[in-house]
Amino acid sequence: MSYAANLAMTLPELVLGVGAIVLMLVSAWGGPGSTRLVSWASVAILAGAGIALTGPAGNGGPAFDGLYRADAFAAFSKVLIYIATAIAILMAPGFFQRTSGDDLRPEYPVLMLLSAAGMGMMVSATDMLTLYVGLELQSLAAYVLASFMRRDARSAEAGLKYFVLGALASGILLYGISLVYGFSGTTLFDGIAAAYAGQRSMGLLFGLVFVFAGIAFKISAVPFHMWTPDVYEGAPTPVTAFFASAPKVAAMGLAVRVAIEAMGPATDQWRQIVIFAALASIVLGAVAAIGQTNIKRLLAYSSINNVGFALIGLAAGTPAGVAGVMTYMTIYIAMTLGSFLVVLQMRDEDGQPVETIASLSGMSRTRPALAAAMAMFMFSLAGIPPLFGFYAKFAVFDAAVAAGLFPLAAVGIAASTIGAYYYLRVVKTMYFDEPVTAFPRFEGEVLQGGLIAVAAVFISPLGYFAIPLLGGWAMAAAQALF
Amino acid sequence: MIQAIAFYLFAAVVILSGAMTISSRNPVHSVMWLILAFFNAAGLMVLVGAEFIAMLLVIVYVGAVAVLFLFVVMMLDIDFAELRAGVMRYAGIGLAVAVALAAEVIIAVGAWSAGTLDLTRRVAPIDPVVPNIQAIGNLLYSRYVFIFEAAGFVLLVAMIGAIVLTHRERSGVRGQNIARQVNRRPQDSTRNMQPPVGQGVSL
Repeated sequence: MSYAANLAMTLPELVLGVGAIVLMLVSAWGGPGSTRLVSWASVAILAGAGIALTGPAGNGGPAFDGLYRADAFAAFSKVLIYIATAIAILMAPGFFQRTSGDDLRPEYPVLMLLSAAGMGMMVSATDMLTLYVGLELQSLAAYVLASFMRRDARSAEAGLKYFVLGALASGILLYGISLVYGFSGTTLFDGIAAAYAGQRSMGLLFGLVFVFAGIAFKISAVPFHMWTPDVYEGAPTPVTAFFASAPKVAAMGLAVRVAIEAMGPATDQWRQIVIFAALASIVLGAVAAIGQTNIKRLLAYSSINNVGFALIGLAAGTPAGVAGVMTYMTIYIAMTLGSFLVVLQMRDEDGQPVETIASLSGMSRTRPALAAAMAMFMFSLAGIPPLFGFYAKFAVFDAAVAAGLFPLAAVGIAASTIGAYYYLRVVKTMYFDEPVTAFPRFEGEVLQGGLIAVAAVFISPLGYFAIPLLGGWAMAAAQALF
Repeated sequence: MIQAIAFYLFAAVVILSGAMTISSRNPVHSVMWLILAFFNAAGLMVLVGAEFIAMLLVIVYVGAVAVLFLFVVMMLDIDFAELRAGVMRYAGIGLAVAVALAAEVIIAVGAWSAGTLDLTRRVAPIDPVVPNIQAIGNLLYSRYVFIFEAAGFVLLVAMIGAIVLTHRERSGVRGQNIARQVNRRPQDSTRNMQPPVGQGVSL
C-alpha cells in the first residue's frame, strides 16, 4: 500500500495534529487575547476531522502494516469523541471568565485537540504500541488540563494525583503488554489473538490480567477507581466534563477492541474480570455516591456506576453486546455533558462556582427550565423508563441476557435501583426543598443554554426516534470487530 | 558458558541494586544504586546482542537521567559536609566498586566476543550481518513511522504542559530586545555638547 493511502486513513489524526501545531503558533504570537479565535478554530478543526471520517479514514481497513485500523467502530467512537471534545472547549470560556483566579489561555483548546488525536489513535489501534502511544498522548494532555487553574490548590492537587496514579496505571498496562509480547512474540492484535487461540501459557494469562487492570484504571472501573472523585472534584468544571465524556469513550473503545480483537479467543478468561469490574463498579458507584455533598463528586461516582453498566455489554462478548456498549456510551455522554452544563450554571452572586448539592434547593422555583433539564438528566441517568437513559441500560442488559448471563443482568438491574436513590435525591432537593439563594443569570449564555436544550431533547422520549439510526450505526461498528 | 556466568552475574547485580535503590535511606545512595542497576542492565543487553540498546541505556539513563536525578536530589536538604567527611575512610569501598565495575566490563566484553547468549524460542532472531542501529532505523522510519511521529506529539504535549503550568508573565523585568539593540544608531544615543567653562551638563 502506498504511503499516501496509509496517510489518508489516518487523516483525522493528521488534521488534529497539524491543526494543533498551527493553533499553538497562533497562540504563541497572539497571546491570551487569541483565546476566543483559537477556541472556535479548534472546534472547526474537530469538525474537519469528523468530515475526514467520510473518506477512507472511515472504513479503509488496516493501515501502516496493521498498526492502525480505520473501520466503522473507530469512526463511531471518533464521532463521539470529537463532539464531546468540542462541547468541552465551548463550555470553557464562560467558566474561566467569571471564576476568579486564572484566565483561560489558548493552550486549553490546543491541548484538547492533541488529546483528541491521542484518543483517535486509541480507538483505531490494532497494535499494542499504537495503543500505548495514543493512551499516553491523551493522558499527558489530560494531566495538564486537570491542573489548568494553577492558583487553585485543588486543581493542582487533582493534576498531581491524576499524574501519579495515571503513571502507575500506565506502568501496570506496560507490564502486561510486555508479558503478552514476550509470550506471543508480536504486538499486533492479530498475532496476539493467534497466540491466545493456541496453547495458552501462564504468561499470556498474567499479561491479560495486567492489561485489563491498566485499562480498568483508564475507564475508572472499580477497583481502580480511587482517583476519580478527587480528580473530578478538583479539576476545573469544563475539564471535569471533558474527563467524564471523551476519554471515557476512548478508553471504553480501546477496552472493547483489545478484548474482542486481541484477546477474543480468551473470552472466557477476561469475562470473569469484566463481570467483577462491572458489578463492583455498579454497586460501589451507587453506594458511595449516597453520602456525597458535592455535585461534582456525585457525578464522578455516577460515571463509575455508568461504566459498570457499559461493561455488562462487553461481558456478553457478542456483536450485540458491543453495539450495546457503543449505544450506552453515546447516551451516557449526552446525559453527562448535559449535567455538567447545568453544574456550570451553579454560581453565586459574584459569579463564583458553587458545588454543594444543598445549593440546588428549590431551583424549580428560581430557575424552572434549568431545574427541569437537570431533573431529566438525573432521571435518565437513573434509567427511569420514558427517558432515553432507559434504552441504554436496556440495550446492554438485553445483550447480556441473550449471551446467557442471567445472574449478571439480574444483579445489575437490582443494583441500579440503589443508584436511583441518589439521582432522585438531587431531584427532590431541587423540587421539594425550600429555596436558599437563586443562581443568577449572566449575559451571553445562549450557547450553553442551547447545548443544554439539545442534550435534554436527545435524552427525552424524542430520542427514541433516533434508535433505528443509532442502533444501525452501533451494530455496524460492532460488526467491524468480529 | 562464560555467557551464562555473565548473565547470572549481571542479573543478580541488577536485582540487588534495584532493591538497594528503594531501601537505602540516603537519596544520594539511592541514585548511585540506580546507576549501578542501569549499568548492569546494559550488560544484559550486550549479552543478548543488542549493543545499541545497551549503549542507549548507558548514555541516556546513566548519563542524562542520573544527572537529572542528582539535581533533584540536591534540591532536597542534604548536609553535604557530613557526607564528605569520610572520603578517605570510604576510599577502599570506592576503589572496590570501581574494580568491580571494571571487572564487569571485562566480563561483558569477553562474553560478547564469545558470541551472544543463546536464547531458546527466540521469536525475533538477530540477523548477524545487519548491525543493530541499521536494523532499528530500518523499522523505525518505515513501518513504525506513524508511532514514531505520535511519540513526537507526546513530547510536544509535555513541552506545552511544562510551559502552561510553570511560565509566569512577570512585570518590571527588563528583557533583552536584540532587534532594538541592533537598530540603535549612534546619532540617537550620543549628543555633541559644548558646555561653557564652569557649568555642568544636563543629561
